[in-house]
Amino acid sequence: MEATIKKPNAEAVDYSQAEVNRSLTPEDKIRFLRDMMRIRKFEQVAANYYQNKRMVGGFLHLYIGQESVAVGTLSLMGENDHCITAYRDHGHALAVGMSMNECMAELFGKSTGCSKGKGGSMHFFAPDKHFWGGHGIVAGQSPLGLGLAFGLKYKGLKGCCMSYMGDGAVNQGVFHESLNLASLWNIPVVYIIENNGYSMGTSLERSSAIKNCLAERAEGYNIEWDMVTGDNLYEVRAKTKVAMDRAHNESRPTILEIATYRYEGHSVADAKKKVYRTAEEIEFYKTYHDPLRLWRKQLLDEGVITEECAGKIDREARDEAEASAEFGMGSDYPREQDILSDVYYEVDRGTEAGRTGKHFFSE
Amino acid sequence: MITYLEAIREAQAKALADDPRVFIYGQDVGAFGGAFKATKGLAKEFPGRVLDAPLSEDAIVGLAIGAAIDGMRPIVEMQFADFSTVGFNQIVNHAATHFWRTGVPCPITVRLPSGGTAGSGPFHSQCMEALYATYPGLIVMTPATVEDAYSMLLEAVAIDDPVIFCEHKYLYYHLKAEALPTEAMPVGKARIARAGRDLTVVAYSAMVHEALACAEELAGEGTEIEVVDLRTVKPLDTDTVLASVARTGRLLAVGEAWPWGGVNAEVVARVASDGFALLDAPPRRLNAKDTPVPFHPNLWGTHRPTARSIAVAVREVLSQ
Repeated sequence: MEATIKKPNAEAVDYSQAEVNRSLTPEDKIRFLRDMMRIRKFEQVAANYYQNKRMVGGFLHLYIGQESVAVGTLSLMGENDHCITAYRDHGHALAVGMSMNECMAELFGKSTGCSKGKGGSMHFFAPDKHFWGGHGIVAGQSPLGLGLAFGLKYKGLKGCCMSYMGDGAVNQGVFHESLNLASLWNIPVVYIIENNGYSMGTSLERSSAIKNCLAERAEGYNIEWDMVTGDNLYEVRAKTKVAMDRAHNESRPTILEIATYRYEGHSVADAKKKVYRTAEEIEFYKTYHDPLRLWRKQLLDEGVITEECAGKIDREARDEAEASAEFGMGSDYPREQDILSDVYYEVDRGTEAGRTGKHFFSE
Repeated sequence: MITYLEAIREAQAKALADDPRVFIYGQDVGAFGGAFKATKGLAKEFPGRVLDAPLSEDAIVGLAIGAAIDGMRPIVEMQFADFSTVGFNQIVNHAATHFWRTGVPCPITVRLPSGGTAGSGPFHSQCMEALYATYPGLIVMTPATVEDAYSMLLEAVAIDDPVIFCEHKYLYYHLKAEALPTEAMPVGKARIARAGRDLTVVAYSAMVHEALACAEELAGEGTEIEVVDLRTVKPLDTDTVLASVARTGRLLAVGEAWPWGGVNAEVVARVASDGFALLDAPPRRLNAKDTPVPFHPNLWGTHRPTARSIAVAVREVLSQ
């Protein structure tokens, strides 16, 4: 174990030359730009509808500013890999291939939503894509990620679970319980801390006792860890690949702490409030660390895209997002009589166990 | 002869043998054989499938959920029902709502060694069934017999919804049967444990036996008590309860848990609202005292309902 703390970019590594990035085609690189742009436009449109009171309300935790984390890490997801995250889940959902329509319709609470209007913003799911949510309790998902990875190991499949959380989640006891188990049982899980600097409105400095960084807590559990500069898509992919290889080949866990930033509030509740951070701070990140701006510039410099091509991707993403909002608004509301379905699997299937006795107690 | 505890062990052995997706997970369930020996010898018989967990209930249940939604059939043993509160978030938020949110069921079985035994005290004696039964999406089983302990645990593993299996520690060694059952009543169906015409006692888990002892004693005085064993508290077989009250006209609900918002409260509420006209006297409930569970056996003996205190309550209902 190294005695010194690893620093991001300590040796100014050119991550574009990592094998996982050298093998990328121009189409792959353009796809990443498109994926990030789609997440941003989706959320900008959602926020507009929300603020104009055309959505039903509820919670809305925006991912804007963090897009490179979901797109970069999940671009490496293979056939047997799983993904699970917390409540800020729109980016991961779109990155694994969920449609804007099913996601937007869920924000509108419509029957065409991915959870049929029963889950909302924090509970996007696509089990067919190995995307297991979308969970509304901070760090509550961390042992589920462990279980998904344990299942792979039990079945003898080569895969891992990428289990995401925010920087606030590291102070939940269950995260530490999960780290202990992950290391003890050699479970192929990759814990990704998306460190955007704030647990709701409490900055990292005011919420977490650390020596150098959050991921360093892995040392106590004999778990490998690394820090990642989140706005650099090449670096995100390169370091995620190392962690996933460790999971796939050695069945060992990793913690990646990815430095990132969210431009919007913790939720729409504090969208415009600047009580815990300054407008200058937000502007600084938008100017110097915006993952879309940086990746777009990267691809222009590499000659992979032209300004015209980038503009087209931008417009297409916006149009798709607007169309998904139209789809959401135009979709049917959930029917009141469906309130009693999706509670018990056995009841819905009409099995003997589902038909016997009283399952519901409403008058 | 086979005990209630051995029946639980045998059901788990059968579940492991029948289905490779089943694994058992809990504190000291492996070489140690479980705090109460409910998994004795299973780790040796089924290598790699009976797993010792660290003392981390939150992560234990969470791991089981993650494995279950990906196709496994985990059985989680809580060392004591009381300790499940540490994993409460995982059970009531993640497991109970998983099907609702995703359309993918969460087939976990969480075994809770429940209820009081003399000297166990405040943190090792609790009855948690009402707490879990209040959550939509959970099935809560409370077997009172050796046969039910065996067949209902197998049902719990087979059912695709999350099941909280409340097995009573007092019955572990005290209850014996000739043999394991070959067939079982469906989950959610209550059983008439003893027929009678004068008053219905609705009970579950260990209290069924206190009620039966009370009925035996009162039979000597010419009073015939009907004892209904709920078997599962969720779903609740209100039809059987109402049919029994229709025969007797009087109801006493008995449970070892606390009174506030509990199973007894629900039974009384159901009968009062759906079967008021059937009643010849106000329905009544008898619970444990509304205090923490005491350590000293004498105090404990007065804390929970017994055949004697049930008889007192029965006489009161009969006198009205």
